[in-house]
Amino acid sequence: MDLFLQNIVNALQWGSFYALIALGYSMVYSILMLFNFAHGDIFMVGAYIGFGIATALLGFAAMIGLPLPGWLILILTILFSMFFTSFVGMLIERIGYRPLREAPRASAAITGLMIGIILETGNLALLGARRLSFPALIESATYQFGGIFVTNKKILIVLVSLSLMYVLHLFIQKSKWGMAMRAMSFDFQAVPLMGVSINKIAPLTFAIGSALAAAAGILYGLAYPVLDPYMGVLLGWKAFVAAILGGRGSILGAALAGFLLGFIEIFVAWIFPSTLRDIIAYSIILLILTFRPHGFFGQAHSTQLRL
Amino acid sequence: MALLRIDKMTHYFGGLRAVSDYNLVLEPGHIVGLIGPNGAGKTTIFNLITGIHTPTEGNVELEGHNLIGHHPHEIAGKGLGRTFQNLLLWRHMDVLEHVKMACYSQLEYGLLGAFFGTGRCHREEKRITAKAMHLLETFNVAEYSDQLVSSLPYGAQRRVEMARAMAINPKVLLLDEPTAGMTPDELNRMISIIRQVHKDFEVAILLIEHRLKFVMELCEKIQTLVFGEVIAEGTPEEIQSNPEVIEAYLGKEDVT
Repeated sequence: MDLFLQNIVNALQWGSFYALIALGYSMVYSILMLFNFAHGDIFMVGAYIGFGIATALLGFAAMIGLPLPGWLILILTILFSMFFTSFVGMLIERIGYRPLREAPRASAAITGLMIGIILETGNLALLGARRLSFPALIESATYQFGGIFVTNKKILIVLVSLSLMYVLHLFIQKSKWGMAMRAMSFDFQAVPLMGVSINKIAPLTFAIGSALAAAAGILYGLAYPVLDPYMGVLLGWKAFVAAILGGRGSILGAALAGFLLGFIEIFVAWIFPSTLRDIIAYSIILLILTFRPHGFFGQAHSTQLRL
Repeated sequence: MALLRIDKMTHYFGGLRAVSDYNLVLEPGHIVGLIGPNGAGKTTIFNLITGIHTPTEGNVELEGHNLIGHHPHEIAGKGLGRTFQNLLLWRHMDVLEHVKMACYSQLEYGLLGAFFGTGRCHREEKRITAKAMHLLETFNVAEYSDQLVSSLPYGAQRRVEMARAMAINPKVLLLDEPTAGMTPDELNRMISIIRQVHKDFEVAILLIEHRLKFVMELCEKIQTLVFGEVIAEGTPEEIQSNPEVIEAYLGKEDVT
């Protein structure tokens, strides 16, 4: 029983990473009907930007001799990296995807893969082939509840992810941009005739998705403090699977499926040898998709309108 | 000065000439009808005016400002509202949101304001909600404001679409078959609603319609379009007695 609860905590942590990244895939898909295959690498870029900001803040604090508390640096790091990474997302939209808006979807997919490779190798060229270790901004502490052990980092990761998702939910439901995104997720044609430009909404969508990926990158760096240029590849693909599982373009679906993916992985690894984890976990997901090809909340209707 | 002036607008889809030498002068406060058989190019003309397609040749001016080459959202911003033949509504959004969505560019608050929930943001939301509710009342759909648009009766959906088109404060309203699929009852209601909107909002209207009764009753001027060309133009009486129009609608009289 204790082990069961322990696994739930772990699943929530991994689910948080997957969900935050999957949201970016789904949001972009809902607006532009394309998957941004560079998104996993935006997660990596976000982690590196976070690394840079955290290091700079620590250096700055040491320089002026002011002992800034770790949690403050962490909050600032998350906010600043989300801010800067959102510009990376907007840049990718502007130079990578906008010229291809009328092109076949396959061209956009290939572009995404290429942008991903450019980000990975660009990072290699810039920082060299060494792994960086993310600074430990907060001291680890372990709390014991009954027989299960929870670290403060795990709690933090889950709480920060859930609050970001809640803010996103409010933004989409309440703000005018959220309203425009919801309208655009249904059709392309009528929205511009209401005076709303897709060239405003699409970059904003990329910005938000990238900011969430950056947050995931820093939280990931907090839990697994080794950064390398290819850290976003596998995680990005898994989050992509979550986005498909949740239903293409569904925000709620992406978040829920992200957590479900975390649960499936952790519990498969609990029951079976861990070398078989991904084989079994993704076979299960393949099976689910066989019966629900549109995922949990996917709708078939919008495809006809826009392709 | 004419509100909307179209000169020699021609459009090709590949080798097919969909619209040829289309001219229109729409004076402020006028209602002009565009009739013609299926496939005559009526909706294409709307798509050309609203910037969904760019005309191959010709000129479109709104209040003396050229519209050619502008994006649809810019043209809408200049004061052109429209509805669609097949109702382009957002099925998963409620009725109030449809109208608020069209007020998007009138909602003046920034991203930071939205995140921190500033007073200005709330005031703006309130102002636009009030405006939207007022429009819904004008079109007799206020009772549905919090319902999903897909759950509404067909006639009400059409009226929501018109309320949405009016929300951008248009100077010219383009109505694409506003009575398609309506019962005679709903049809009469639509006539009085269009009259009222025309009067209250002082908007000029260009409308596509199949039902002659509807056009005859509302329009000061009617154009008849066949194969992309205007074959007749005039008052309802002139159009009604024009042999070419009768031929286009009823076929040639075959004397054997």
